[in-house]
Order: sequence, then structure tokens, then C-alpha cells
Amino acid sequence: MSQGLSPIAFLTRTRRPGRIGVTDILSWAWLILGTLAVLIPVVWAGLSSFKPAAEITRFPPTLLPRVAVQQTVPGFDAPLSLWTVDVDGQRREMAMVRRIGLKAQMVDPSNPGPPVSVDVKTISPVQRLTIATENYTDPLTRFDFLTFLQNSVFVTFVATLLTLVVNALAAFALSKYRFRGEKAIFVLIISTLMIPLTVVMVPAYLVVVGVGLVDSLWGIIIPTVASPTGVFLLRQYMLTIPDELIEAARVDAASEFRIFWRIVLPLTAPALAVLAIFSVLWRWNDFLWPLIVLSSRENFTLQVGLNAFQGEFSVQWNYILAMTFLSLAPVTVVFLFLQKYITTGIAGTGMK
Amino acid sequence: MGNLKLTSVTKSFGALTVLHDIDLTIDNGKFVVFVGPSGCGKSTLLRIIAGLEDISAGGIEIGGRDVVQLSPAERKIAMVFQSYALYPHMSVRKNLAFGLENLKFKRSEIDTRIAEAARMLAIEPYLERKPRQLSGGQRQRVAIGRAIVRNPDIFLFDEPLSNLDAALRVQTRAEITRLHRQLRTTMIYVTHDQVEAMTMADEIVVLNGGRIEQVGTPLELFDNPRNLFVAGFLGSPRMNMLKGKVTAVGEAAAVIDVGYGVPLKARIDPAAAKVGQAVLVGIRPAHFAIGDSEGLPFVVQYHESLGTETYVYGTLEGRDEQIIVHQAGHFAPERGALLRIMPLPGRVHVFDPDSGLALPRTIEQRSAAHEHA
Amino acid sequence: MSTPKATDLGGRALDFVMGIVEAPINGFERLMGRKRMPYLFLAPNLILFGIFTFLPIAIAVGYAFTGGTGLFVSERPFVGFDNFRQLLQCEDYFRPGSCRESLFWTAVWNTLWFVGFNVTATLLVALVTALILNRAMAARGFFRAMFFYPVLLSPVVIGLIWKWFLDRNGLLNAFLQMLGVPPEIFLLEVGWSRFFVVVVSVWFHMGFYTLILLAGLQAIPKDLYEAAAIDAASPRRTLLRITLPLLGPNLLVVLILLMIRSVQIFDEAWVLTNGGGPGTANSFIVQYIYQMAFGSDLRLFGLASAASVLMGLVLLALTLIQLRLGRKMES
Repeated sequence: MSQGLSPIAFLTRTRRPGRIGVTDILSWAWLILGTLAVLIPVVWAGLSSFKPAAEITRFPPTLLPRVAVQQTVPGFDAPLSLWTVDVDGQRREMAMVRRIGLKAQMVDPSNPGPPVSVDVKTISPVQRLTIATENYTDPLTRFDFLTFLQNSVFVTFVATLLTLVVNALAAFALSKYRFRGEKAIFVLIISTLMIPLTVVMVPAYLVVVGVGLVDSLWGIIIPTVASPTGVFLLRQYMLTIPDELIEAARVDAASEFRIFWRIVLPLTAPALAVLAIFSVLWRWNDFLWPLIVLSSRENFTLQVGLNAFQGEFSVQWNYILAMTFLSLAPVTVVFLFLQKYITTGIAGTGMK
Repeated sequence: MGNLKLTSVTKSFGALTVLHDIDLTIDNGKFVVFVGPSGCGKSTLLRIIAGLEDISAGGIEIGGRDVVQLSPAERKIAMVFQSYALYPHMSVRKNLAFGLENLKFKRSEIDTRIAEAARMLAIEPYLERKPRQLSGGQRQRVAIGRAIVRNPDIFLFDEPLSNLDAALRVQTRAEITRLHRQLRTTMIYVTHDQVEAMTMADEIVVLNGGRIEQVGTPLELFDNPRNLFVAGFLGSPRMNMLKGKVTAVGEAAAVIDVGYGVPLKARIDPAAAKVGQAVLVGIRPAHFAIGDSEGLPFVVQYHESLGTETYVYGTLEGRDEQIIVHQAGHFAPERGALLRIMPLPGRVHVFDPDSGLALPRTIEQRSAAHEHA
Repeated sequence: MSTPKATDLGGRALDFVMGIVEAPINGFERLMGRKRMPYLFLAPNLILFGIFTFLPIAIAVGYAFTGGTGLFVSERPFVGFDNFRQLLQCEDYFRPGSCRESLFWTAVWNTLWFVGFNVTATLLVALVTALILNRAMAARGFFRAMFFYPVLLSPVVIGLIWKWFLDRNGLLNAFLQMLGVPPEIFLLEVGWSRFFVVVVSVWFHMGFYTLILLAGLQAIPKDLYEAAAIDAASPRRTLLRITLPLLGPNLLVVLILLMIRSVQIFDEAWVLTNGGGPGTANSFIVQYIYQMAFGSDLRLFGLASAASVLMGLVLLALTLIQLRLGRKMES
């Protein structure tokens, strides 16, 4: 999509160069505000995830993860907090002894003499940028997040691999063969697009119990493997592979399965890549189905674990946010690198 | 052994029958061309021989072996496709090796065969390239190479030159012919281009509407077309057709009147013709002599001069059907000029207008003497 | 790029694995013939579809007519239309409290209000954004990606991020304090929590609809705009007379799709509102089904299935409308 080819390009073209219209200003304002609206909650949560537990509930909050610096001062039992103070037109760091109304008693931390009384409006706390890495390490080591993470990685990887194989095989059959029932089967598969999980979740749960996959990672992998979207996407792509290639391979004594994996599969790589990206995102973000199927903690995926964790530790936002970020990071990285693939893939297939 | 025998081969797609009762025998080592207009069933017949399509009825034998139930690979055939069908994700070498690997050949044997084919087709410099990095002509040769390494009993070509430009087509045509002389393997070649058919074939099979119209050497078909279709299809420009009537039947020839008081002699079997019978007379453009006073009155419309030869387009005086006359050398008649044209003796073809069949001829075929010229 | 040696090794390993996989499949081909291979290739897919999609559909309806708390149909007594009667018995449908299954009707009304607001807001925001992005923009790719980013996030993550943003100690309250507004616990207040469920939903999904509408806008032939320019049409008239009418079918499809998905609101709202709170202010139909079937120890599978069937009928109607529109668009 070339930007120069915009249909409304003429609108700007008719204007004198350099003049910016009201529409332009409003457009840019909309886009910038929108960008801020997208970014601010995410960035805010990200910054907060590095704040230590004591700092995270401070109100009003600071933007960056900082802690007030404290120092032990001779003659005082508890460590005192350091403040920047203007004394005789000079900026100094002093320790606060106590605060009375609008006045604060300060001492020089290295050479504590009698306290000096200063106006609190003129002082500001000394803070250091600190990154509370324990927000990330604690949940992974002390709580079960390493297990959740492993489960999520396992489910995402295995389900994506199976999704690619199973749907590519079906797409191959539906694109490169003429056989009885071909059309009926295709319509049958595509029609399942119309049945959302929310409608069949109760009986689907029963089936999973029936086949003995309840509370097992396989119980969330296997039911999601056959994907009508996947079959459709791959079939449309395989239709563009010339039939003569298949025939050439048959003349070349290739078995049908060998034609599939040596000829068709490599040539379908772009569509497989799109499906793989989608599958990874779907499985990584899945929530309702794992929530239904998984019941023991050691089987939780990251999303289910996160949900359970926030219910149990509703005040420990430092941990919750850190784990939220752990879950969000891979998706963000995938998106940064494959942004073009994803947006064109969605615009092309209308799926998500 | 690469001899092929088709018996009553019939192919239908649902209610549509595309091949009717095809009987055909091809001897080992022959270069056979299937030719016909598009939709005549020639490609389907080739694909049936390859085993890419099932037959609805009939039998196929290759080297005396019934192959109807066999897969393409088991039939020991190799095929060159119209689009070349090179595997785009494999290098030229891998393209050539793929079939042999599938047949579980030894690595050393595969390498030897690829080297040999590459040398024969002069594609050694491109062995590590991908097909998209090759020109059309190079791809064509790789496609042929992929067939050669298989060392098949029969080579099948499906319009292999239709994607090449004119100059390359002439060159590749010659190369395939040379290859055939070198390998002496049966080759079956499908084309809609009669020039390819005439120049390459040992034997031509003319197909039309799912039926074989005639089988024979190029000159047999040219000199002795069995019916109006073959007569019109082979030869460029097409054969001229005149309506006429048999006026006398003699021992060696019949006399046919096409009007203008010019009787034409045609060497047809006296048993096959009756006096008074309406016939169509076919004369190829090159088989007219231009005279001064004798012959059919021909009004010139325009001419195309190619330098070494000239085609004159016009009509017989007072008629509408276009007549084309070929003359060697440069010849520039005026528009509207009246010429006298006379068919060369022994070059008059006579057809029954109802059945379209040629009336059988009497004398020894001239083509027999020219067959291996 | 890996070195040729590594790819060769990987290739050989793959060849080895596929050689083993291939053997039985090729055996099948020799035994059954090439013509039957597509059935073999379809088998894994169809078996999985059969077990996990078609079978559940088949039993979903049957389930709705059974009662008790047993899981398997054999353990469940047939109760006829009891479940439906329980769901639909109501003195006044506008007052959920007067209904026998008041939770269901609370959920229905919550969902309807949500669908109304969410569809309107998302459609407006997505349409305006798409129209702006469709202009000759310097950084169109950047903005398109920016708005699309939330679509890829998990609903749990989005619920948590927003929960923190709206927290008593969150950034929004900090901002309001700067303006002198007293802090508010938004998610514990009925009106605010409903408002923010819609905000979060728009924030989450608008990028997807923007993308679809943008694709529709870019499919409008350029020469129409040039003709309009020659006819001296004002930008406003061009928008109203050319862009929107030509985008119409696209807008309709987006509208229906948006409705289908809005009806099924659950994940992000569940996390954001701690399971539909405050009280039942944000309890939606899917949540009702989930809670009846799986929440605590109710295990009212029959009632949940009956509610599923009712919702499924609504979704089916919407889908059929969408399909009809899609077909009309194609012709």
C-alpha cells in the first residue's frame, strides 16, 4: 500500500503547499490522542511493574520507579530520609528529623548538628531510580509462575505445530484433489466458523471429560487444533499452486504424501507463517477455554494463572503487573517484528 | 520398450465425452506428434498415456504391458509440461534429482545421470540456480533434463514450446529433434502448431472433436489428406476450396468442372466417382501455375510479398470465396488485375461435400518417394 | 541465516523423520490407491471437528432438556422445557428482580446495554480512524500498527492493565487530582464501571475494525474521487455521497460482526470487574452460563445449556444476516 496513492490525495493537492487545513489539525490531534490512549495504560503498567511494593501504592504516584533515599545518621536510631534543601541560597542534601506543620527539622547527615527548621514547600525528597527486579523473580521462583509460563509455552508450541500439520493436510486434500463429497466437507468445515465456543462450552466440556482430557494441557491443545480459519486460509493459498507441479511430481514417482511435504508444504510457507503467527497469538492469549478445562494449579497457563493470582493477591500489584508484562512481552515482540504480516493477514482474511 | 498401443480408449467427464474410441499404435523409437485445434482432446490423450487421467473404457499397453492400473511412475514415462512445472523452491540439480530420489536410486547414480543430462543440454552452469533465476529457454531445457535423467521408455511433451518466443521456439524445436535422434526413444509430442508437427514428426496424429482424423507421415497427410478437416488443418495458408461437378470419369483421372469452362483433371479412382456427382475441389496455394490465357479467372485483391515468395489474395471472377495463390520470388500484381491460374497436374484434391472424405486416388503416392528425403 | 552445513543437517534430520512418518502413509496409498488419499489427509481434521465441534453441538440441544447436576446424559433426568421455563418465566421482563431467574435477566439487560453502547462507540471510533488513515498520511503504517496492537493482547492482560490504570492509586486518579477532582474508585461504582467496560472494549477491539474498514476504503476506485474533484464536490459531500455509500456494505458487515462479538463479552470484563462487579452491574450472558455450569459448585448444566441455546439462536440469526450481506456484496 503506497501512501502516495491515497484516494483523497487530491484534497491536499488542491491546497497551496505549506498551508495546513483544519481537517489536518483535527486528524493529527485524533491520531496522537489515540496513540496516547493506547500507550498510556500499557506504559503506565509497565513502569509500575518495576516499582517496589512500598512505592507502588504511593499516591500521587511517581512516573518512574523510584524510591526515597534513606540514610543512617549518627545520633538517630531509625534511618532518616534525604531531602534537597535550599539553605542560604545553596542547594544541599539534608536528612529530615521530623516534620511539624509547614516546617521541617533538618540535619546535615554527615555532620549532624542542631536541626535547622525549613519551610516544607521549599524541600523535595531525594530519590534514586531503582528497578525492583524481585517483582519478576519472586513470582517465578516463589510462586508458580515458572510452571504457568512453561505450560503456556508448551501449549502454544505444540498446538501451533499440530494446527499447521492437521490443517495443511486437510487444505491439501481440499485444494488438490477431486473426490466425492469434496464440496460438502469444505462447507461443513467452514460452517463451524459460525459456532462460537461460548455457545458450545458446556457440551464441549462434557466431551473433554468423556475423552479423559479434563484438567490436562492436552485438553486445551487438541480441541483447538482443527481450525476452520486455518483450513480456509491454507486452501486458498494452495489453490494458487499450479496443478502441473503436482502432476510433475507424480510423474517423478513421488507418493501423494511426499508431494505434500516436499512440494506443497514448502510452497505454502507464506500462508503457513501467517497461520503460525495467529495460532501462537490465539493459544498464548486463550482464557475462557483453559479456565473451564484446567482445575489444578500445576496445569494453569499464564492467563489462567494470572487471573487466579490477581484474585488471591489483589493488593500485590507489583507482582501482578510484573507477570502481566511477562505475558505481554512475547506478543509485543512478535508484533514488532511481524507487524506487516499480521495486519495484511487480517485485512486479507477478516479473521482474528 | 517404448511401443504404445491404445485400444478403444474412451474418456468422459460426466456426460461429456472428450475422447471417442481411440485406437492407436506407436512403434518404439518414433517421434509422434498429436496435433489438432484446442479442445480436440490431444492433451487429455497425452495425460491418459501418462497416467495422470483415468480412462473411462479401453486399454493402454506400453511395451506390451497393460498399464491402465499403473501410476505414472510405474509406466516408465517422463513428461515435459507446458508450464515446465519446475519445482520453484528447488535448485536445478534438486529438480533433476527429485524423481530419482523417489525411485530410491543410489546417490552416485543420481549424480552421474544429472551430469550426463546437464552436459547433453548445456545446463551445467545453472545446476545450483533456482528456476526463477533462469530464462524461458533455460527452464525449458531443465524440464527436458528432468525427463531425460529418468531414462524413460516414452517421453511425453505437452505443448512445450508455447511459452517461448518465436526465435527460441525454432531453436528448441531443432534441439528436441536432435535429442530424439540421439536417444532413439519414443517421443509423443502434443501441439496445436502445424509447423511443429510437420517439421518434427515421424508420424502425425490429427485429432478433432475427440476422434482421430488421420495418422501418417507429415507428407502423407500433406499430399493425401483423408478428409476436409485434415486438408484444411495442415498446410499454411490453408487449402483453397472450389465447388465443382464430376463431368467425366476415366481410367486414370476424372474430369471436374468448376465453371469458367476450365475442366480440371483429378487422379481419382474411377470406382469412387460418378458422373454428375457434386464435389469439393481442394488446391493448395502453392499448387497453382499462373498463365496468360489459360486457366481460371482470378481477380487480385491484394498481395503479401515476403521477398522470396509472394501470396496473392483474390477471388475467382464473380465469386466471393477467397482464393490464395502462392508464387515464388517477388511478384506484384495490380489490385483488380485479372490473372489466369491453373492447378498443377496431380495436385488436385477431391472431396465428397457431404461426408467430407477425400475420394481415393489412383496413382502411386508421390510422398512415398520423399518420405526419407 | 544458518550455515549451509546446519541446514543440510536439519534437512537430513527432517528427511529421516519424514521417512518414518511416510512409510505407513505410503503403504496406505499402495493398498487403497491414490484416489482415496484425500480422505486420509482429511481424516485428522474431520475426526477432531467431529469430536470437539459437531458432537458438542449435537448434545448441546439435548442437554438443555435435562436437569440435575450429573455430567453425562445418562445420569441426567429429562425435564422437558423446564429449563427454558425457568429462564423465561417473568412478571415484567424490564425488571429482572421480578423474574424467576433474575440473574439471567440481569445478565441479558446488561448485555443488551453493553452491546448498544459498545457497537455504537466502536463503530464510530473505528470509522473516524479509518477515514483519517485513508487520507494521505505520512505515518499511516505506524498509526495503523499502533491502534492494532491492543487487538493482539490477551483479555486477561488488558483487564489487569486497565484495572491498575483505574485503581484508587492509579494514573487516572493522579491526573484528576492534578485537576483538583477528588479520587474515585471507578470500578466499585456502578455507572463508572459500566462506562469503563465499554471504554476498555473499544480500546481493545477498535484496531481490528479500523483495519477492515480501511481495507474497504482503499478498495474504492480512485477515479471516483478524481471525478468528484473535477465536479468540484466539497470534501463533506464527497464523504457523504461517495465514501460512505460505497463503504456501506462493509459497514454493515462490520456492524453485524461487532454485534456477534459484543453479545459474547466475557474475558476482559470478567477480569476487569472481578467477575461482574460491583454486585451484578457487569454480569453478562456468557458469565451467567459459565457460572451456572462451572462457577462454584452449582453445576447446573441444563440451565446453562438452555441459556447457551437461546444465545446461540440470537447469534445464528445475526450470522445468517451477515452471510446474506456478504453474498450480496460479492454479487
